[in-house]
Amino acid sequence: MDFRYDDEQNGLREAVSGLLARAYADSEQRRKVVATDPGFDEQTWGRLAEMGLLGLPFAESDGGMGAGPVEVSIVAEEIGRVLAPEPFVAAVVLAGGLVADLGTDAQRAEVLGALAEGSLIPTFAHTEIGSRWQASARTVTATEDGGSWTLTGVKEPVPHGARADLLVVSALVGGATRLFLVPGDAAGLTRSGYRNHDGTRSAKVTFAGTPAQPLGEGAGDQTAAIEKALARARVAYGHEALGAMETALTTTAEYLKTRKQFGVTLNEFQALTFRAADMYVSLELARSTVMWATLVVDADGDVVSAADRVRLQTSRASRHIGKEAIQLHGGIGVTAEYKVGHYTSRLTAIDHLLGDGDWALARLAATVNDHETVDPTA
Amino acid sequence: MRLHLSPEDQAFRGEMRTFFTTEVPQPIRDAVAAHRELTKDQFVEAQRVLNAAGLAVPHWPVEWGGKDWTPLQRHIWREEMQLASVPEPLAFNTSMIGPVLAAFGSQEQKERFLPATANLDIWWCQGFSEPDAGSDLASLRTTAVRDGDDWVVNGQKTWTTLGQHADWIFCLVRTDPTAEKRQRGISLLLFPMDTPGVTLRPIELLDGGFEVNEVFFEDVRVPSENLVGEENHGWDYAKFLLGNERVGIARIGSTKRMLIDAKEHARTITVDGAPLADNPYLRARIAEIENELLALELTALRVVANSAGGRPHPASSVLKLRGSELQQAATELLVDIAGPLSVASFPDGDTDVPEWAQVATPSYLNYRKVSIYGGSNEVQRTIIAGSILGL
Repeated sequence: MDFRYDDEQNGLREAVSGLLARAYADSEQRRKVVATDPGFDEQTWGRLAEMGLLGLPFAESDGGMGAGPVEVSIVAEEIGRVLAPEPFVAAVVLAGGLVADLGTDAQRAEVLGALAEGSLIPTFAHTEIGSRWQASARTVTATEDGGSWTLTGVKEPVPHGARADLLVVSALVGGATRLFLVPGDAAGLTRSGYRNHDGTRSAKVTFAGTPAQPLGEGAGDQTAAIEKALARARVAYGHEALGAMETALTTTAEYLKTRKQFGVTLNEFQALTFRAADMYVSLELARSTVMWATLVVDADGDVVSAADRVRLQTSRASRHIGKEAIQLHGGIGVTAEYKVGHYTSRLTAIDHLLGDGDWALARLAATVNDHETVDPTA
Repeated sequence: MRLHLSPEDQAFRGEMRTFFTTEVPQPIRDAVAAHRELTKDQFVEAQRVLNAAGLAVPHWPVEWGGKDWTPLQRHIWREEMQLASVPEPLAFNTSMIGPVLAAFGSQEQKERFLPATANLDIWWCQGFSEPDAGSDLASLRTTAVRDGDDWVVNGQKTWTTLGQHADWIFCLVRTDPTAEKRQRGISLLLFPMDTPGVTLRPIELLDGGFEVNEVFFEDVRVPSENLVGEENHGWDYAKFLLGNERVGIARIGSTKRMLIDAKEHARTITVDGAPLADNPYLRARIAEIENELLALELTALRVVANSAGGRPHPASSVLKLRGSELQQAATELLVDIAGPLSVASFPDGDTDVPEWAQVATPSYLNYRKVSIYGGSNEVQRTIIAGSILGL
């Protein structure tokens, strides 16, 4: 067991953090970017592509870089550190991951190559009102007629759903859930985009007999594959949350050292420094769990349950750190002009994208009696 | 970055597991698992089994019986030992005074004490805390005054754990009351507990046990060769020693064992016709503690991997703080599983209350200590806020 990054991985981190530090040197830049559609900076997205980051996890034969989950985790962490609004996890890890896992040779070549070079942004159109965080589709249906498929129903909220060039859509075929590809400009597709509390975008996506192409071959249920791709995205979001939590903590510590009240800096008050110490404890425990889960992904172990463990640990940690970061700042923490509150907002969004802490705990509780003890090296 | 243990470390873990579960006498392991008080003979027997196999003091210098293990191997050794309910080698001997003597003792002291300390032929106790010097150890007032070839010690120590079994004490004393910095006037002395002028008073704890003691010194004469290192440098040795005390204090293996037991006991209790183990609230509570414990274990592994040959990883301060909280959470869980039976602590003879339920609450009360000793959790927060966050 080894938690150390090698030189190449450290180099990757430096390069990514350099690029993103230029793009989002201060929180004003981010505010400007998220104020207008599509809620992220197309140029920064292009630079991420130039650096090869958008094709990191995909096979070289599909136009990717053939890197592993550790490299992906480094990018996600640096994205979180500066709250970059570019949809790296949603587009590359989740939507791209589904195509990489299930796509035919032709689909992989077409989608992943374009994704890697920055010319195509996919999204996973999966959530429906009332579906919460299940891996299967709920009401959207797919119908076959003479070898062509059409979709009917509504997906919402779909991450960057109005901007996406390609939708990977889950739909019911009989009782089974299968995935379909729908181009953003397909006929019979209505997209209503809007702003989320964290500055990113979502959309209501309506399918009205919209033509769609099945992802992959065969007619089998794809729920298990969706569950696995969701799990890998949960782990990647865990890293994004780590980066954000770390900045929230260092920003708070810096503030305690400089802000004066009652004639002294706030770090003179033990009531405050002890709370900052507890934030550090939450951060480091979450970091250990998230790093471990990435190694589980790397070793192709029990990814689904490792991701549930990540969700539980980072949900608890990000709520703790996000709320305390604002409280220890005081009123300024609630303003949009100052950066720390935006971290809390983003952490809250991440916490609810693919399953929150209680959701994960319910799943872990259901199997708690199936094992004597948890062996992290298994 | 790699998930699995290397084949060597995996083999090492297997070796440790086999040894601990087959070579250490079952009645001793049962007593540890049941949270029963161990007798002196049980402590001594267990440590001698380990020492004979070279497993009592692996972290000591090789010339004094240590093993040239990696930090990960030491971690595995400790965790497997706790998971198997093997009593750990006496901390006062193996983690505290032993390493201090190996690092700072004279050659005579090393030869005289180290082999006997490793084998528990000498049982050491710790003379550090005083009634007015707890977390603020440097304010200690026990004095030692030079008289010819002897030091004459007067004063009082407290919280002296298992002092009732001890043959010798290592004792912090004030040898220069005029030192400008109070840390600079402290020395470390060694002397037998049966030296005239030493008296010991056991302190009964909430669980009814007698784990700690007060020790009084009245004109206790200690020969000058029993000074460790240099006069007035005792604080340096104490800091070195307390640094070692915090190693392994997370007691992850031991908490794991308590969770395993908690699950087992919950299966034996029936509520409205169904096993308590099926209660969704209880399952969630166990799953949450289990996840926290996993995070802690992974943190320990992360810290271990990054501490080789250098300064301790900053996250190591998390281990004591969270480790103690989780030990306490596990003891609390056991009390709640015992439910109404948890009040029946000391039945004498005829009872149907299972032993684990009898000891659950006394253990829970006793375990309030773990967030207090070894640098209270408030001291740990001060360290994190100060040295890590720069506050």
